[in-house]
Amino acid sequence: MPALGADMESGTVTEWLVEPGGEVRKGDVVAVVETHKGAIEVEIFEEGVIAELVAKEGDEVPVGGVLARLAKPGEELEMREEPEAAEEQGATTKPGPAEKAPAVEEPPKIAPPSRPKAEPPRPEVPAAAARPAAETRAKVSPAARRRAAEIGIDPETLEGTGIDGSVTLADIEAAGHRAPAARPKTAKGKPDKARGSFDPIEMRQAIAAAMSRSKREIPHYYLTIIIDMGRAQGWLEDYNRERPPEERLLPAVLPLKATALALKQVPQLNGFWEDGQVARADRVNIGWAIALRGGGLIAPAIRDVDTLSPSDLMAALRDVVARARSGGLRSSELTDPTFTITSLGERGADSVIGVIYPPQVAILGLGRVSERPWVANGRVVARPLMVASLSGDHRASDGHTGGLFLSALDRLLQEPDAL
Amino acid sequence: MRAAEQLAQGLRMTYREACRQAIREALNDDPRAFLMGEDVGLYGGCYAVTKGLLEEFGPERIRDTPLAESAFVGAGIGAALAGMRPIVEIMTCNFSLLALDQIMNNAATIPHMSGGQFAVPLVIRMATGAGRQLAAQHSHSLEGWYAHIPGLKVLAPGTVEDARYMLKPALADPNPVLIFEHIVLYNAEDELDPAVTSVDISSAKVRREGRDVTILTYGNSLPKSLEAAETLAGEGIEAEVVDLRVLRPLDDATIFDSVTRTRRCVIVDEGWKSGSISAEIGARLVEERFFELDAPLRRVCSREVPIPYAGHLEEAALPQLPQIVEAARSLMGRK
Amino acid sequence: MSEKPHLDRAHGQHLFKEMLRIRRFEARCAELYQAQKIRGFLHLYDGEEAVAVGIMQALEERDAVVATYRDHGHAIARGIAMGPLMAEMYGMLEGCSRGRGGSMHFFDRSKRFYGGNAIVGGGLPLAIGVALADKDLRSGAVTACFFGEGAAGEGEFHECMNLAELWQLPVLFVCENNLYAMGMPLEYAEAETDIYRKASAYRMPAEAIDGMAPIAVEAAARRAVESIRTGNGPYFLECRTYRFRAHSMFDAQLYRTKEEVALWKARDPLSRMQAWLQESHMLSSDDLARIDGEVEAEIDEAVAFAEAGTWEPVEDLERFVLMDEVPE
Repeated sequence: MPALGADMESGTVTEWLVEPGGEVRKGDVVAVVETHKGAIEVEIFEEGVIAELVAKEGDEVPVGGVLARLAKPGEELEMREEPEAAEEQGATTKPGPAEKAPAVEEPPKIAPPSRPKAEPPRPEVPAAAARPAAETRAKVSPAARRRAAEIGIDPETLEGTGIDGSVTLADIEAAGHRAPAARPKTAKGKPDKARGSFDPIEMRQAIAAAMSRSKREIPHYYLTIIIDMGRAQGWLEDYNRERPPEERLLPAVLPLKATALALKQVPQLNGFWEDGQVARADRVNIGWAIALRGGGLIAPAIRDVDTLSPSDLMAALRDVVARARSGGLRSSELTDPTFTITSLGERGADSVIGVIYPPQVAILGLGRVSERPWVANGRVVARPLMVASLSGDHRASDGHTGGLFLSALDRLLQEPDAL
Repeated sequence: MRAAEQLAQGLRMTYREACRQAIREALNDDPRAFLMGEDVGLYGGCYAVTKGLLEEFGPERIRDTPLAESAFVGAGIGAALAGMRPIVEIMTCNFSLLALDQIMNNAATIPHMSGGQFAVPLVIRMATGAGRQLAAQHSHSLEGWYAHIPGLKVLAPGTVEDARYMLKPALADPNPVLIFEHIVLYNAEDELDPAVTSVDISSAKVRREGRDVTILTYGNSLPKSLEAAETLAGEGIEAEVVDLRVLRPLDDATIFDSVTRTRRCVIVDEGWKSGSISAEIGARLVEERFFELDAPLRRVCSREVPIPYAGHLEEAALPQLPQIVEAARSLMGRK
Repeated sequence: MSEKPHLDRAHGQHLFKEMLRIRRFEARCAELYQAQKIRGFLHLYDGEEAVAVGIMQALEERDAVVATYRDHGHAIARGIAMGPLMAEMYGMLEGCSRGRGGSMHFFDRSKRFYGGNAIVGGGLPLAIGVALADKDLRSGAVTACFFGEGAAGEGEFHECMNLAELWQLPVLFVCENNLYAMGMPLEYAEAETDIYRKASAYRMPAEAIDGMAPIAVEAAARRAVESIRTGNGPYFLECRTYRFRAHSMFDAQLYRTKEEVALWKARDPLSRMQAWLQESHMLSSDDLARIDGEVEAEIDEAVAFAEAGTWEPVEDLERFVLMDEVPE
């Protein structure tokens, strides 16, 4: 079960799109998984042949749990015996945390792939009891470490069965395999939901978790700038005038593109806070916050915004908004954003001061554009103005950097032809 | 087929006989080929590999040399430069050190240093290894040393089949090829597969398949490793045994492929550990396949001593079955 | 080929010009080394020209040459064009070894020039191998193997004396005895300072000759080659000579006196040959000016060739470490 966000704990398989024996290639959609954010298509990142569908349709699987087994090209399809052995080991080597600490629901710690680990409260006492030499670094084989990262398990929480007590690949696979069984079902049960719908209560909980974590961990700083949107609006009107409605651009396109270009100039804000430092992203994938009709919020990525023409960007924006609302998002679209924009559009407020979506390091809030007095050349004139607010992670950058970004954004929006 | 019948049909033979047949074939196939070395003619070869060949081919093609390794190895290089296809036998690899200047400074450098104007199509055969109580000066395993040198190819036949068929492609190769024949293997006997009439000198071979641990080895450590795999199988550990065969250039693909499957690796090498071919292979695995490894690498090598004469000490100095078994078993962790 | 050199005007001038070509080439090398156009080790042949030039007169195209690291004279006298030699020292692709060998490692397949060898004594085994092949192939070719008197200290020397004589190989051993193995004086290094006697001890025909006299060297070489070609096995010539310059470019020459050098320079093969030719009316001042101009022009052209050279692409660095085929 892929981790699709810092706030995702589990997903329910609603549909398998592959069968055992079927060949898969990198990027294929193999399953549809329902999450509190809606139905998500699960992509596969490896090539091979589906050896076994471990999770059945309807199963709820925690993040990091095994959905299916994949045989590499050329590898035999036979199942390995590890699952049984692992279950035995699971029963004997480590007391299920659920027995001692019911508040913690899943034994393996969850980590999204190549992202900072999510930080559910640690079962401090049981963990210390399980591994007395808690101070020493756990022995994890290279293969195990890589697999653990792939499926989102923290290998250091496992008891190893390898040489010198090291955690082996088999230990990771076993942990991934037994995770679904280990997680107790919630008492209330699940309503049977159609693909594309979502649970507003879970959505609320997820937002609560992510935003709490953000405010708990991230020392925000805030900067605002007032941008004269006159030129941008004029350009947009000219552009749209001759075009049929389906080809017209929404006002959001220009600030979106300008943001991407500003991030290329100030790359310190484009990336993640990982392991105590900034990991800058190579691509500019902007998460666009979309309010869902039933309530709640999702911010899927529009990829490589800096490289898209306004018309391509418009198409991408339409597509992602439509799919977010119908439940057709792909899993990677939720993990890909390197920066987020929240815009309340014309209905919203004059300014928005966003809360950073971890592990990203900044968020841009765009207020509505409205005519207000503006001083130009010593005279007060009415101009369409917009307040742009940057929230930055002070661990990752300083106000100076944020200021550079906002002034770059302003400059770019004054030259809409160049966008 | 029973052993006696195979013997009658010429399919069953010793490693020694296989070496001899290979030389005979080479000399019959190419008039430019000749054999040169100490006691290869009248004496019939220190390990009796060349017995009978002098009578068959005459003194110009089975050429006895004085004890002058540098001169006759260098002469082989010169003859190869000038159009011949010499097979030079160095009685044991221990003596090859007296010819190291010629091998390293001439054979290995001239093609490159002359900008490709000259090739050295030469084969140097030498006996290698310990296990016959010959003491320190006759028990070296220097193949790993030679595998250090760009410009050479280094072969280590560990089976009768390889002993029989490696010489031909080696002699056809435009480069200096060193063949290390293990002294303990000369008496090894096996039946040849009549369907096989040639082997390559570029690849390692999986001699036994297994999913749990890879044992990389060559030469006389091959039969020991196969025996170890048999023992391990009795414990439910399926060891894959890869015969390296070619120590330079190493067949990385086969090595990596096997270790990627098993994720555990034991290297068995009769050379010493320090600066050895086993060290090289280990480093390559860590460089190129680090994330496939599910356990540390293990090496079973000779103890770092000059190989002693006394039988029990010699045995203790060399890689032996129990160590190989234990090394593989230890990598499996708690069972 | 006759045993005796025909010393007519043309041949006399030829010997003189060949030596002059080497002398002037070396002078230009020294200059270019100081200008850092040539790098690495550079060993010059000044003073020893009579040996290479004299020996080469007796060789034919089919014959082979194995040289030492002081190989400029051997290569020039063997007929390898100066351009590729100079380009080699410039490290250029157009060099006779693609710039991979430098001054010490000239190779030329078309001239059967098996390289300048930089391991003292290391060329001797190669030479007997080349000769062994020629003998087996019945080619009638002779291999001329050059080495210094320092090589006589190496075991390989003795192994090869023995093997060559034992197998009656067609090798002409040419010992360039210039009295110093780098800085080691002969009398400090050898119990028997008559090097040719060592060969004699292996029952090889051997003689010591004046290595400062090109005509004497040529005559001896013709004698020796004749003997080898008629199937009498190898032949050994100890050519007593002297190097006028330092061992290499960075050598304070603490091991020998200026007086000694001056004494040997009085026997300079080049100036003595010039004087003798002039006295014998075989070299007019016009001839001298013409030869001088030709040699200078040839060297200028070689330098221009080297200057215009190109670097071998770095992508080819590993090319020829292992050969794809044996060059024909």
